Amino acid sequence: MLQAKINQLLTEPACGHNHHHGDKKNRSCSQQAKPGSAQGGCAFDGASITLVPITDCAHLVHGPIACAGNSWGGRGSLSSGSNLFQTGFTTDLSEQDIIMGGEKRLYQSIKYIAQNYQPAGIFVYCTCVPALTGEDVEAVCKTAREKLNLPVIPVMAPGFVGSKNLGNRLAGEALLDYVIGTGEPPTLGKFVINLIGEYNIAGEMWNVLSLFERLGIQVLAKMTGDARYQEITYAHHAHLNLVICSKALLNVARKMQERYGIPFIECSFYGISDMNQCLRQIAQHFQDPELTAKVEALIAEETQKLDQALAPYRAQLAGKKIVLYTGGVKSWSVISAAQDLGIKVVATSTKKSTAEDKARIKELLGTDGITIEGGGAKELLEVIRRTKADMLIAGGRNQYTALKARIPFLDINQERHKGYAGYEGMITLAQELTNALYSPIWAQIRQPAPWEVDDE
Amino acid sequence: MMNKVMVTSKPVAVKPLKLSQPLGAALAFLGIKGAIPLFHGSQGCTAFAKVMLVRHYREAIPLATTALSEVSTILGGEDNIKQSLKVLIEQSHPKLIGLCSTALSEARGEDVAGILRTCELPIPVVYANTPDFYGSLSDGYSRAVEAIVKTIPQEGALHTRQVTLLIGSDLTPGEVADLKQLVRDFHLLPIAIPDLSTSMDGHLADSYQGVSTGGVTLEELQVSGRSAFVLAIGESMRQAGKIWQERFQVPYKLFPTVTGLEASDCLIQCLMEWSGCGVPAQYPWQRRQLLDAMLDTHFYLGGKRIALALEPDLLYGISQFLVSMGAMIQVAVSPTRSPQLEKLPCEQVIIGDLHDLETHAQGADLLITNSRGAGIAKTLGIPLLRLGFPIFDRLGNGLRSYVGYRGTTQLLFDLGNLLIEAETH
Repeated sequence: MLQAKINQLLTEPACGHNHHHGDKKNRSCSQQAKPGSAQGGCAFDGASITLVPITDCAHLVHGPIACAGNSWGGRGSLSSGSNLFQTGFTTDLSEQDIIMGGEKRLYQSIKYIAQNYQPAGIFVYCTCVPALTGEDVEAVCKTAREKLNLPVIPVMAPGFVGSKNLGNRLAGEALLDYVIGTGEPPTLGKFVINLIGEYNIAGEMWNVLSLFERLGIQVLAKMTGDARYQEITYAHHAHLNLVICSKALLNVARKMQERYGIPFIECSFYGISDMNQCLRQIAQHFQDPELTAKVEALIAEETQKLDQALAPYRAQLAGKKIVLYTGGVKSWSVISAAQDLGIKVVATSTKKSTAEDKARIKELLGTDGITIEGGGAKELLEVIRRTKADMLIAGGRNQYTALKARIPFLDINQERHKGYAGYEGMITLAQELTNALYSPIWAQIRQPAPWEVDDE
Repeated sequence: MMNKVMVTSKPVAVKPLKLSQPLGAALAFLGIKGAIPLFHGSQGCTAFAKVMLVRHYREAIPLATTALSEVSTILGGEDNIKQSLKVLIEQSHPKLIGLCSTALSEARGEDVAGILRTCELPIPVVYANTPDFYGSLSDGYSRAVEAIVKTIPQEGALHTRQVTLLIGSDLTPGEVADLKQLVRDFHLLPIAIPDLSTSMDGHLADSYQGVSTGGVTLEELQVSGRSAFVLAIGESMRQAGKIWQERFQVPYKLFPTVTGLEASDCLIQCLMEWSGCGVPAQYPWQRRQLLDAMLDTHFYLGGKRIALALEPDLLYGISQFLVSMGAMIQVAVSPTRSPQLEKLPCEQVIIGDLHDLETHAQGADLLITNSRGAGIAKTLGIPLLRLGFPIFDRLGNGLRSYVGYRGTTQLLFDLGNLLIEAETH
């Protein structure tokens, strides 16, 4: 059953990766990890990234210690309420459990959590070992759900079934199968949307929620940044789904369209022009003159405020060259943010990008722009050297590749501590870029020691 | 004093303290220059461990995966191992590969040692048997060190001034550096196994490499078999010491801890005897500084109740030291079993998690555990000394040292300052 689900997710019709036949290699979600050179996370990693931000739930990892012990508490999603999601729970399977089977321990663990933590729900992540030994995790969850009268959701994403990206989608399936459509909503407003694929890293979603509030747009459910369990149960009552900056949860958007008739649009909260476009797309969808007017007024006001706030940074950032090394949609959404600040993106990765993404990148980069198809630290450093770039923007994994080569760096992925989304995020981004580029350490660090000078 | 070591009664680990064995083993292999650890498991096993190491040391960490898929797990991962070794050798040119098993490959029952025997290998591949479903970080680390000393050091005529240091997992790179310097100051030649002091100490190298940029070299490892003396630091190094003694007929001397006045005195006394040299002038001076620091800080530590959650060797060393300063151990939590735990100077030792620490730390004056205890410290309103692994909300983990006279003095100041701050709030 899991295999059927996986095959279906790997051919997700809404995903641009699947539209260009004969280019099967390009499906990032189905890429097989290569022994000796694979770098990324696994399906379990992807599933937990997607679901752990649900704040008032317990997240129980069923497996040996490595899966949870090495990962709990590591994500930067913030909560405005419960912090239960940050408590690591794991069955911590021992050799004995593996020989005898861990189903009993799993049930007892669920019961213990239900009794001691009053969670709104419990997500149970099945990892490689119980999947290998053939434990019926879904059945245990079902029993627990009935006996404890509490949502207990199995997340069938053992690491070895595939990539992080596939894990995102498997997590989305768990929401579709067990959560969405099970609750009744509060009073609905005129314009009701859900956010899909936004995890409130460093609290950046809050920058955007305040904008929606000003526009009278009701955000019904967030999937899953700063979410409560309840809100996802009634997500099926929204009028529109916003898929943010990620192909990862397209399966959720598409199936919600099929099942509940909710249309979806894809957009990005990074950069002024993309943020503007996102708000305009929403207004266009609702076809409401009042909303459209409000959106235009808000954009005008924010643009004026930003022009003032960004002026000193733009003066310092204009003409600077950066190399961008990040996945998928972000490779173009961040380009647009950089260009809003007058920065030139000289190269970017297209490793996880769809053909559509690539076309967009090409348009944004211009003819001189370099696209990095492969990966690896050596290639990255070579591109930086060749383009004489001033800076690298990438995920935390490449942080030390740049710093150790004495190159300024900015973290754009989920381990970062600053939020860059929305208009406010643009100011933060400009500040961070300026601080990183203009740090007085670069001159000192590139200078040889006095006793080395004569040798040169 | 005999005490009661109890295992937590919960069916579930809450806020786990335990870390996986392969992570510990990787740490040991990173103390060898030009090495790369390779996990035989799903790629997530490696990614998670890598993220932890990167966040703690703030360094680029070389770590590779055999990338087991569902199919290769069921059919066997032999091809994955062979292909990984080939790719790594071709692309990263390592001097040594440290191959670690995981829960996944072990649950399947993969015969990794058997597979390795069928490979023709141009470089040493050391295999550590490290399932995630057994033990914790220090256990995996010890298994890797045991695998190293079983295979790499070579026999030969004894070198009368050469000392092998078997370094336990609880020592930071800065502490290894201090110990090596101490040995050198007695005109002895130290070889640390493993040696994180030149790989994970946080130094800016000249160029990017896909392997560990420092550590004990393969050549040093090979000649270490000729050491006339062997020092094992930490109970967890006892088994490695025994292997050494059996292989080379050189007895090892075990120091359960090298923090505190008495432990530092013993170590220096031992080096004096081995080297036939007098104590270098800076150490009596550092000792006087420590004595003075003890006088200055005993007001703050006397009668204080301390709650600790650490790996066994660290738990033992720090507890002994705290008690020697007049503090009391309110509760000690260990993620894994060890003979050390019976000897802890307290009534209760729990094999458990940070939730057990939280439950039993009510009313304590100070918590000592890794960064994941920060939330608990905040909830309980108790100051926290960050110790162990991982520490991701403090800088300088590579260079911190709490060993020897100088390091113990630093520990006293750090403890005292936390307690002073708590008193004045």
